Amino acid sequence: MMEGLDDGPDFLSEEDRGLKAINVDLQSDAALQVDISDALSERDKVKFTVHTKSSLPNFKQNEFSVVRQHEEFIWLHDSFVENEDYAGYIIPPAPPRPDFDASREKLQKLGEGEGSMTKEEFTKMKQELEAEYLAIFKKTVAMHEVFLCRVAAHPILRRDLNFHVFLEYNQDLSVRGKNKKEKLEDFFKNMVKSADGVIVSGVKDVDDFFEHERTFLLEYHNRVKDASAKSDRMTRSHKSAADDYNRIGSSLYALGTQDSTDICKFFLKVSELFDKTRKIEARVSADEDLKLSDLLKYYLRESQAAKDLLYRRSRSLVDYENANKALDKARAKNKDVLQAETSQQLCCQKFEKISESAKQELIDFKTRRVAAFRKNLVELAELELKHAKVEYVSRARWLTPVIPALWEAKAGRSRGQEIETILATTGNLQLLQNCLAVLNGDT
Amino acid sequence: MAAEREPPPLGDGKPTDFEDLEDGEDLFTSTVSTLESSPSSPEPASLPAEDISANSNGPKPTEVVLDDDREDLFAEATEEVSLDSPEREPILSSEPSPAVTPVTPTTLIAPRIESKSMSAPVIFDRSREEIEEEANGDIFDIEIGVSDPEKVGDGMNAYMAYRVTTKTSLSMFSKSEFSVKRRFSDFLGLHSKLASKYLHVGYIVPPAAEKSIVGMTKVKVGKEDSSSTEFVEKRRAALERYLQRTVKHPTLLQDPDLRQFLESSELPRAVNTQALSGAGILRMVNKAADAVNKMTIKMNESDAWFEEKQQQFENLDQQLRKLHVSVEALVCHRKELSANTAAFAKSAAMLGNSEDHTALSRALSQLAEVEEKIDQLHQEQAFADFYMFSELLSDYIRLIAAVKGVFDHRMKCWQKWEDAQITLLKKREAEAKMMVANKPDKIQQAKNEIREWEAKVQQGERDFEQISKTIRKEVGRFEKERVKDFKTVIIKYLESLVQTQQQLIKYWEAFLPEAKAIA
Repeated sequence: MMEGLDDGPDFLSEEDRGLKAINVDLQSDAALQVDISDALSERDKVKFTVHTKSSLPNFKQNEFSVVRQHEEFIWLHDSFVENEDYAGYIIPPAPPRPDFDASREKLQKLGEGEGSMTKEEFTKMKQELEAEYLAIFKKTVAMHEVFLCRVAAHPILRRDLNFHVFLEYNQDLSVRGKNKKEKLEDFFKNMVKSADGVIVSGVKDVDDFFEHERTFLLEYHNRVKDASAKSDRMTRSHKSAADDYNRIGSSLYALGTQDSTDICKFFLKVSELFDKTRKIEARVSADEDLKLSDLLKYYLRESQAAKDLLYRRSRSLVDYENANKALDKARAKNKDVLQAETSQQLCCQKFEKISESAKQELIDFKTRRVAAFRKNLVELAELELKHAKVEYVSRARWLTPVIPALWEAKAGRSRGQEIETILATTGNLQLLQNCLAVLNGDT
Repeated sequence: MAAEREPPPLGDGKPTDFEDLEDGEDLFTSTVSTLESSPSSPEPASLPAEDISANSNGPKPTEVVLDDDREDLFAEATEEVSLDSPEREPILSSEPSPAVTPVTPTTLIAPRIESKSMSAPVIFDRSREEIEEEANGDIFDIEIGVSDPEKVGDGMNAYMAYRVTTKTSLSMFSKSEFSVKRRFSDFLGLHSKLASKYLHVGYIVPPAAEKSIVGMTKVKVGKEDSSSTEFVEKRRAALERYLQRTVKHPTLLQDPDLRQFLESSELPRAVNTQALSGAGILRMVNKAADAVNKMTIKMNESDAWFEEKQQQFENLDQQLRKLHVSVEALVCHRKELSANTAAFAKSAAMLGNSEDHTALSRALSQLAEVEEKIDQLHQEQAFADFYMFSELLSDYIRLIAAVKGVFDHRMKCWQKWEDAQITLLKKREAEAKMMVANKPDKIQQAKNEIREWEAKVQQGERDFEQISKTIRKEVGRFEKERVKDFKTVIIKYLESLVQTQQQLIKYWEAFLPEAKAIA
């Protein structure tokens, strides 16, 4: 069943250019441009075609493509995290795993329940589910792309060797997903880290800037998490309301075909209207999902990455202070002074390096965040407006033909035609409103 | 126009006059909702009348008087008889004993109507003159509102009292505007009285609102939360719709019980509408017996119209039920959407607070406000969904059940007729046997019995035909009503959707500059 949905790529080329960089405002740099030009969905994996255009000397060609899977992205991300050199940078958050399970389940249930509904209902629902699947597909592609673009745009990270291998090596990187043992290790590491984080965060920072950032980020992260969850729920209820319109539309259609009186034409028309409404509402909820929920989710992950940076910095500060204390102790005892001195030096260097880059990173983070929010909020408002207007006009337009048709029966054609001409000549919303007022109020 | 109309039973003069009357006024002052069905409907003369008043339930009686003159005669005759006859008491009592008591007055009337129809034209003209007078005079309507629910009493004996206000210019009411206080069981009592009088003769009596033990207990206990207020509001609206439908019915409007219900300030407590009373149990037993009977009666349907209609109603019932389920789901989801939007608004506000970039912070707070307003919108829309659409559907589902009940009564009537015929046959056989056995006194008795049963057979036949005729007319009326109702409500509902969109546009337009202003 999934194979039939492999026409994902076609959709990608049309609409997806707009989806790029949805959450992050990125400057495209001539030196290194990365994007995902194609994607294929197979049984349980997604294969991304990563396309690179570069004028950097360390690549063999100027333009090339490789096929990568999700695990390879994760490998790349983890290699950044584990690299000590990058401790002072915000590591772009890893893209979430492509999750088609929910969609797949629904499609399966639909297949099972095929016998119990009419043909029209079945085709409608199938279309709906396919559209949903496609939307999830597009989203996951976009998120992977954003990750790569962020790395490519970062002045330091883009020079990473692993990244270049990732982009260029056109055979399988033979990266396997973490096995159980490694996952368990990870789990413990995380626990230790969070405990440590608590201890470390108790230490007050000398630098005001960082202190402020820390409190800010903590609060912000929590609130973004909350907002993201709520926004998710809202989008989902919106979608289920839109689905209901679908069912109402088909019931009305059935009523319309059942009935023998002339109300059947009326019912059929109403069912058409509900169908249109449903499409618009579904698009509204999809747009909301994209602009709002995704934005919040992305910044949830980014703020987590920023928090991680702060944690690393605090960790290194604590290490530095410990090294100082050790040095003092060594000097007092006059034992291993040199060793203590070198370790203290190292810690000092490390700390300073991190602090410096961290400051810049955090400032960049803020700029990026503000820009992304602005872009998305503006687009969200514009889309909502567009849809609301379309829906309004389509409904009003639907109502008016019904009325003239009914009036013709009694009083003659004049009034109905009046309204029609007004609508036809001016798409003006204001005028439309006036018309409706006329219809509702008085002759 | 006149060509499209099927001429009323007797004479054509009246309707044309009526129409001339209407054309003088501007017909389309009213809202979209009073628009009528297509011109092919058989009684367009009624349409002008409907458009006069802005009230969707008002104009019905005009049409009624016009087309159902026969009914009126019938009704009046019934009234006259029952006012005099001692059978008045059983009718007014709340004992819905099945079918027997009220039938008797009808049987007395039937021959009278027959004779009356000879002189019918005279009576017709007279009543038409009356109608003309009334039409020339006030607007012939009746408007009912149910309002002001208040809680009376305390604890488990508490109940909600509703104010029933009637505004009318009908001459049969003593005042033109009056109101009384009624409680829910009064409504149920009215319905059971009307049902016992009219259902079995084939009139479709609108069903009353449903009892709800859970809902009422919450109210009694005094929980002042939103669910109990919602329940009271839902019930109030349902009672109002019930009364409006009942008065729209021309025959029921003439009923003295209905008048008493609307007018008199004190009403005898209808105790046997309680679920656990003796009458309640009797009702349940009867219902069970009916169900069994339905399965065993095999009726020879000679009239294809009835079979077709029954099938139609079955289908309609199913479709409506399905639609109702979908609409309820929509109501539920919209409520959910509203709750989630509110939660998100709060969350966005908090996010805006913690954001340290001032312009972004302001924009986020604005977003929160917009979402909150949208949440309000969604809530209102949910109410509209519910009260207009969903309740209409459940009303019609119950109405169709009543229609099916009427069809069942017809079947029972036929059954009685059949039984009478069979008994007659048996009596004749018995008589023949007596003749052979030569027992003079028994023969006499047999002859008497035969005469009795012959009369019963004739009566059964007449009843059956009467009920068939009534049902045809009622179903026609019901269909028209249904078409009008649905169109009205759906258009109103769509208009509400349009309003919502308008508001949405306004809100987002206000937000857009704020979002653009983020530096």
